[in-house]
Amino acid sequence: MKLKTLMMGAVATAAMAPAAFAERGSDGQVNIIMWQAPSTMNMYLSGGTKDVIAASMVLEPLARFTPEGEVVAWLAAEVPSVENGGISEDLRSVTWKLKPGVKWSDGTALTSADVVFTADYCMSPEGGCAQLAKFEGVESVEAVDDLTVRVTFTTPRPDPFSAFVSGQAPIIQKAQFENCIGEAAPTCTEENFNPIGTGPFRVTEFRTNDVITFEANPEYRDPDKPAFATLVMKGGGDPASAARSVLETGEFDYAWNTQLAPDVLQGMEAKGMGKVSAAFGSLIERLEVNMTDPSSSLPEGERSTLKHPHPILSDANVRKALSMAIDRQLLTEIGYGSAGKPTCNLIPAPEAWASDNTECLTQDIEGAKALLDQAGWVPGADGIREKDGKRLSLLYQTSVNAVRQDFQALIKQWWQEIGVETELKVIDASVYFGGDPGSPDTFQRFYADIEMLANFFEGGNPEPYLAQRTCNKAPGPDSQWQGENINRFCDEGYDKMIAELSGIVDPAERGEMGQRLNDMLTKDSHSIIPLVYRGTASAHSNTLGGVQLNAWDTELWNVADWYRVKE
Amino acid sequence: MTEPRGQQVEESVSNAAAPGAEALPPDDPVAAGAPSRSQWRDIWHQFRNHRGAMLALVIFLGIILFVGIGPWLWTIDATYVDYRARNQGFTLAHPLGTDQLGRDILARMMTGGRVSIAVGLVAMAIALTLGSAIGVLSGYFRRLDAPLMRLTELFLALPLLPLLLLMVTLFREPLSQRLGAGGGVFLLIVTAIGVTSWMQTARIVRGDVLGLKEREFILAAKSIGTPAPRMILRHVLPNVISPIMVAATLGIATAIITESSLSFLGLGFPPDFPTWGRLLYDAVDQMQMYPWRVILPGAFISLTVLSVNYIGDGLRDAMDPRIRGR
Amino acid sequence: MLTFALRRLLLAIPTLLFISLVIFLLLEASPGDPLGDVPLTVPPEVKARMREALGLGQAWYIRYVLWLKQFFWVEPLYWFDQAFGTDFSQGMQRVISFQSRQPVFDIIAERLPQTLTVVGMSYLAGILIAIPIGILSAYRQYSWFDQLGTFVSMVGFSLPTFFTGVVFIIVFGIRLQWFPSIYDTTHRVTDWDSFVFQVRQMAMPVAVLALYNAAQISRFMRASMLDNLRQDYVRTARAKGLSERVVVLKHVLRNSLIPVVTVIALGLPVVFGGALITEQVFKVNGIGQLLILAIHANDIPMVLTLTFIFAILIVGFTLIADLAYGILDPRIRYD
Repeated sequence: MKLKTLMMGAVATAAMAPAAFAERGSDGQVNIIMWQAPSTMNMYLSGGTKDVIAASMVLEPLARFTPEGEVVAWLAAEVPSVENGGISEDLRSVTWKLKPGVKWSDGTALTSADVVFTADYCMSPEGGCAQLAKFEGVESVEAVDDLTVRVTFTTPRPDPFSAFVSGQAPIIQKAQFENCIGEAAPTCTEENFNPIGTGPFRVTEFRTNDVITFEANPEYRDPDKPAFATLVMKGGGDPASAARSVLETGEFDYAWNTQLAPDVLQGMEAKGMGKVSAAFGSLIERLEVNMTDPSSSLPEGERSTLKHPHPILSDANVRKALSMAIDRQLLTEIGYGSAGKPTCNLIPAPEAWASDNTECLTQDIEGAKALLDQAGWVPGADGIREKDGKRLSLLYQTSVNAVRQDFQALIKQWWQEIGVETELKVIDASVYFGGDPGSPDTFQRFYADIEMLANFFEGGNPEPYLAQRTCNKAPGPDSQWQGENINRFCDEGYDKMIAELSGIVDPAERGEMGQRLNDMLTKDSHSIIPLVYRGTASAHSNTLGGVQLNAWDTELWNVADWYRVKE
Repeated sequence: MTEPRGQQVEESVSNAAAPGAEALPPDDPVAAGAPSRSQWRDIWHQFRNHRGAMLALVIFLGIILFVGIGPWLWTIDATYVDYRARNQGFTLAHPLGTDQLGRDILARMMTGGRVSIAVGLVAMAIALTLGSAIGVLSGYFRRLDAPLMRLTELFLALPLLPLLLLMVTLFREPLSQRLGAGGGVFLLIVTAIGVTSWMQTARIVRGDVLGLKEREFILAAKSIGTPAPRMILRHVLPNVISPIMVAATLGIATAIITESSLSFLGLGFPPDFPTWGRLLYDAVDQMQMYPWRVILPGAFISLTVLSVNYIGDGLRDAMDPRIRGR
Repeated sequence: MLTFALRRLLLAIPTLLFISLVIFLLLEASPGDPLGDVPLTVPPEVKARMREALGLGQAWYIRYVLWLKQFFWVEPLYWFDQAFGTDFSQGMQRVISFQSRQPVFDIIAERLPQTLTVVGMSYLAGILIAIPIGILSAYRQYSWFDQLGTFVSMVGFSLPTFFTGVVFIIVFGIRLQWFPSIYDTTHRVTDWDSFVFQVRQMAMPVAVLALYNAAQISRFMRASMLDNLRQDYVRTARAKGLSERVVVLKHVLRNSLIPVVTVIALGLPVVFGGALITEQVFKVNGIGQLLILAIHANDIPMVLTLTFIFAILIVGFTLIADLAYGILDPRIRYD
């Protein structure tokens, strides 16, 4: 069904542009620029978005997500469901049937053995597989026959689409990687750089963090695709220069992730050589409010732990006032333009899970002031509010990023207006997001009162994402500061609902539950203050046709359909 | 006090040693004819005749006034966000326009300049002091040469970025607590820049001192029993002043730029402290639409460096007894 | 001189070992994590596994000794094998990058050509421009030529390359469309046309860097020339009736080169190290970009190896500079 709609879509675009009927390799070369350069073609060893994107042109999964977040069959003949018997009644196993006749780029046939091998490869304990989470809860993967694979889970899974689904977990060839399993994985340089795949392209030269050249895969299953004979993926530089090379000089056809100030992009687009488009997944830029006390007067090991609640921010009224003072509309306009939408939710999609929470979208400075007055926070001599000798003064940290620094300046001012003093701090992204347990500046340590970051979930199932906010996942010294409950939100009711959610099967009911959980984190407690629903923006030249961005899977998911627009 | 370096064999010992000894009256006949005996007045007199240097001094003082007194006269807060007045051109309310958040650029240039000039001068001073001290010591004392030069090599080889990251992680919080956010970061940054940029000066000075040590006037001074500290301060240092001067002017520019890259890495001042380097960096993306935002900080940095350079040139000429009065 | 050189070379070995230890400890102690690039969606347990697979579970001294072994034993053996077709290094682990799991030296070999051509060429151009400018502006101090030279070099030095580079791209890449704004590292020079293309794509990065280098070197050259021109020996030489040419280019220049040689020699390792920002702006993707990426990704083996090679070059060129002093100034004696 889903595949059909997709194919109809493809046919529709094809009908509009006659060039799409051209045969394989007739459109010459396409140039892609990635300002973060790919460093490997094996996403099982890296996990970086840039590497996944590069590899997704060669390696393909059994099923993918469409730009709308739906699952479509890719190497599989159909998407398994309870109705077609692909998913067992007890929800503990999934049976995938492969498309017949699919060939690897070396001419051999794709079989179920490759699928089984892929699972073994990633689940090998010494391998350090970056996509291991996709295989979590998988008890066994076995080949039923040459084209059928059965995946069995340890517990019932309402949503089994993680292993072998999406560009992050594609199938690798057994014959090629057989000797690269486990500890040997990193030593297989040649294999990791030149994987044999089923995708539309294959690697001809790989230069680490620099250039990858591809050519059309002669064994690709659609004889007319890809339209391009070669593809060059250049890495390096910064978003501005990447956008410039597509929109102003025309040297490149496609630039990945051109996150720039909207007016800068508009200026570039005015040249008329190309345009920027955005796709929305689940990426939310938000403020995390520290529910624990980060004060440096506490002994090391107790700072920012559940032992000490935050002296100011434990007051729900303060958190609410902070949220009310923010003009999300303006933030979006300045920082993201059309690649962002103001939001009050942590879970923006899929539709069933998205709460209709829109209360925060209008800024209410007066309301925030009144709320603080009511709660007993009264302005002191310098206009900064105080209560019981505590000054309403906050440390607000984030990573180095021009847009984030603009946000900091704006939010600082709004908070100033309601009588909250803010000290700003920025941290290099590689330290902030690095997770080094020894560093005091990681976002998990959270030695600040407020911090800003963006995060998202993969696939169509937000459940694990919501489950990150349970009490036991709060980072602390005993877990090497590795927990995912960054703001140390802790509510027994929430934990109970999360436990319940994993037992629910009905999609509508799950969505409803998800909405309630989302509201608990945002609207009710304001422990997370969502700001902007961010899209991923990429620029492409007007002569490149068939581009369809996808925030739920890798951006180059449909590179086989790309073609050169003839003037 | 510049005593030219390449003393030759033909030169008489007394002539060579004299200009190094500041207290003695200059035996240069031209300067000796001047009415005043004060050496500094001589220097100032000579300096005034150097047109380039005088102009530079005026410009430099102008910049100092601009950033020093400016914020008292132009009272708009450099961090005040007026988002209704975003991206404005030159208007009466904002003579230099506003940035993408509606912050007044004139105010930002003033406050930014304070930080940048202070960082540039202090960091340069630290680097020069360290560099000249290590250079002179290692060139002059044979025994110190090897260990000090190995130390220099070590510092040259250290990757700066991890070093700076480490320094910031270790010291940012304790310093900020003791000196306040701005003061702590300032101290950290000037030390970081100073400690990581003295090596070239040290190497150059050492090279010069090695050559100088074999000159006759040094040998002569030694033979009359001049103690080492006096030798260094009176005879050696004044003779290596010109490479130090060049390093100083280049050092200011480097320090201002380094500061901007530090804040870009999140190691510098908090984001609500504008600095010239940072203003320049932030505006590069918008260069085509708002060229003034790049030109202004760029011009201020260049002007500062140029004026310091000319002042340095003038000073060196003025302090050279050989050409004084020419 | 020879014994001096030999002694210094011997002394260099413990120095370098010490430097490598300090660098290693610095990288260990500085904050950051090799997995910083991994998306937040990857759960902590998986990250712990990945860390284990990188060998980060072992104590630091074991990893340091392992690196020493790989650098000083396995790598030379590997090169020996490559050269003579033997297989001594069979089964031994070479120095491997955390980011790409590729042997570090293979990546360096891939990067070296573009760094040497672009940065090396700009350095050469910088020196060739700077020395005559320095000489002439000192000789004609305060002439219009000197004033112009001072102005251009000071402006050139005080404007960072992230700014001048972008200005060049906007003017010559976008407005005039003379040069490509992105450097093609896969380009091979095979005939005249491809040579012209190579020159065109090198023009902008080389110009930006040469401006910066020339500014610096010409200042030192000028200052040093000025010092020497005022010496009595110059007067003597002129009095002896030597031609102006001989006086300036032989006597003064030779004496003035001593500090300039230091500057140039110290700059040479930088040529190998590449130009961090310029390489980034023009996407030359040489050693400079490699190092900065590796530092950001906390790729310890890569950073350690690169900076260590860098240290070797620094120690080497310092020695060369010291020997050059002796040649340029016979009075300096090393004994």
